[in-house]
Amino acid sequence: MSLPGSGLEDDPRLEGSRRSRILGHAATRDRRNVWIAVISTVVFFGALIVVVVNSPGWLQIKQTFFDWDEFWSSIWSILRYFRLNVFIFCVAEVLVLALGLFVAVLRSLPGPVFAPLRILAIGYTDLFRGIPTILVISLLGFGMPALQLQGIPDSKIFWGIVALTLVYSAYVAEVYRAGIESVHPSQVAAARALGLTRIQALRHVIVPQAVRRVIPPLLNDFIGLQKDSALVAFLGIVEGLNRANIIVQADFNFTPLVALALIFLIITIPMTRFVDYLIERERRRTQGGAKL
Amino acid sequence: MRKVLIGLAVLTVLAAACAPEDDTSTGASGSETGAAPTDAKGCAASSDVTYTTDNALTIGTGNPAYPPWFEGGEQPGTEWKINDPSNDQGFESQVAYAVARQMGFEDNQVTWVPVPFNASFAPGPKDFDLVLQQISYSAKRAQAVDFSDSYYDVNQALVSTKGSSIADATTIEELKDAKLGAPIGTTSLDEITDVIQPNAEPLVYDSLNAAVQDLKNGQVDGIVVDLPTAFYVTAVQVPDGVIVGQFPTEGQQEYFAIAFPKDSALVQCVNLALDELKSDGTLDEIQQKWLSDKASAPVIAA
Repeated sequence: MSLPGSGLEDDPRLEGSRRSRILGHAATRDRRNVWIAVISTVVFFGALIVVVVNSPGWLQIKQTFFDWDEFWSSIWSILRYFRLNVFIFCVAEVLVLALGLFVAVLRSLPGPVFAPLRILAIGYTDLFRGIPTILVISLLGFGMPALQLQGIPDSKIFWGIVALTLVYSAYVAEVYRAGIESVHPSQVAAARALGLTRIQALRHVIVPQAVRRVIPPLLNDFIGLQKDSALVAFLGIVEGLNRANIIVQADFNFTPLVALALIFLIITIPMTRFVDYLIERERRRTQGGAKL
Repeated sequence: MRKVLIGLAVLTVLAAACAPEDDTSTGASGSETGAAPTDAKGCAASSDVTYTTDNALTIGTGNPAYPPWFEGGEQPGTEWKINDPSNDQGFESQVAYAVARQMGFEDNQVTWVPVPFNASFAPGPKDFDLVLQQISYSAKRAQAVDFSDSYYDVNQALVSTKGSSIADATTIEELKDAKLGAPIGTTSLDEITDVIQPNAEPLVYDSLNAAVQDLKNGQVDGIVVDLPTAFYVTAVQVPDGVIVGQFPTEGQQEYFAIAFPKDSALVQCVNLALDELKSDGTLDEIQQKWLSDKASAPVIAA
């Protein structure tokens, strides 16, 4: 599994650090680099802030987008409704994990007998990756309850979750498939040689390896899903975005949208860093701890 | 080190390059402001008033343009849906043309632009001089835009469907258990949350159509809209719709006002025009014509 990556000698970082050590003034150079980075950053962002603050429209922007009182009076109310976003994306994420894997496996089923299932899976991913999420949500959210069929739930939140699950499962199925296809064919050959059937090989050999490899891209899709949970606002559900918009349109002040943006950042940035960490860990693992 | 300095210089120039040009055109020298004009015509022609397009009055409203505020149907070849505001039909269209005439504009000098609701109060340059879109005045909103005086005093009403649990309600108490909805950005929503205070969270829609769709689907028991809109909804959009009743005025009378970009000099001219239209009876006539049969409905008791 964990073969050392080839071309280790070409790693510029490795070369750099080795050279520094040889030259013997790595410490001084590093310190100087830090200072240059600090000064450059301060000057650049300082200039940017000066430009923005001195722009002719700044006062108006400040009043309508960064109104402190409006911020504090709206953020708690928005947070309260944001809990519904959290509920929606948590439920959807679990469903997406399962449905996405199911579709990916369908698409990877070997043999001519399973052709119809593969066609179905391909059709599904094409369809839901091709339609804008907001359209799927609107069509299902307004359309399905209108059928007034017995046994079909008419909860808006239900259909919002279904729509998000359908769209994101299509993306996640492709991620899974990439993982499945990245497992070397020799693995199947080995499993088959041990007497496993094709299905058993898929279940016990391929999928476990595939899933582990695609965890970082999976989490990336989840960040997207978390943000898109705001789209259910179009159905009339009052969640974070709708709540913020209500305050915006009642007060003619856009600050609540900035407050909501901050709330989303607080949720998504730790997730993004976590993905970076996982990618880094996977890189280290697959390169056999060869990193210096 | 020189490389570093050059890098810094480049970054600074880049940041500065993003700076917009100074707006020198503001405040067109109002040197010759004599006595303040006392009629709408003189006011609108004075040099203090600037227009987005010279020799024209540009009016914004929502697209689609709903009855009874706009009437007369679509005009082929225009972007306007349901009704074309430029045909001088419907309450707000006629009010707009009456105000424009009072300020000395010919009908063909009036142009209409579709303005999404959020754009009507967003800061920055505008492509309209004023907006008529059933916007209710509030002190908080007046911090972001300028408002004219009232051109219509409005009450909110509850629309439901025949046979629903609240179709025959006569008191607010009977609405506590109802599932209600309202379009976003309206005072109708305040009516639900502040006055009715139902047990279930109300649904809030980004358009009237979405609210109506849910009423038809039975997703909500009722929707709250302004009274003239309630007549339109029940007459056209929802075949078995009924107006349960209107809500009594509490405290300050709610009214629709024309909205202007902040610090517009045009406000006083439009207010003069509205005063003139009120005293010569024109505004009343227009209201009679388009809204008279849409002003009475049983009152839902508190």
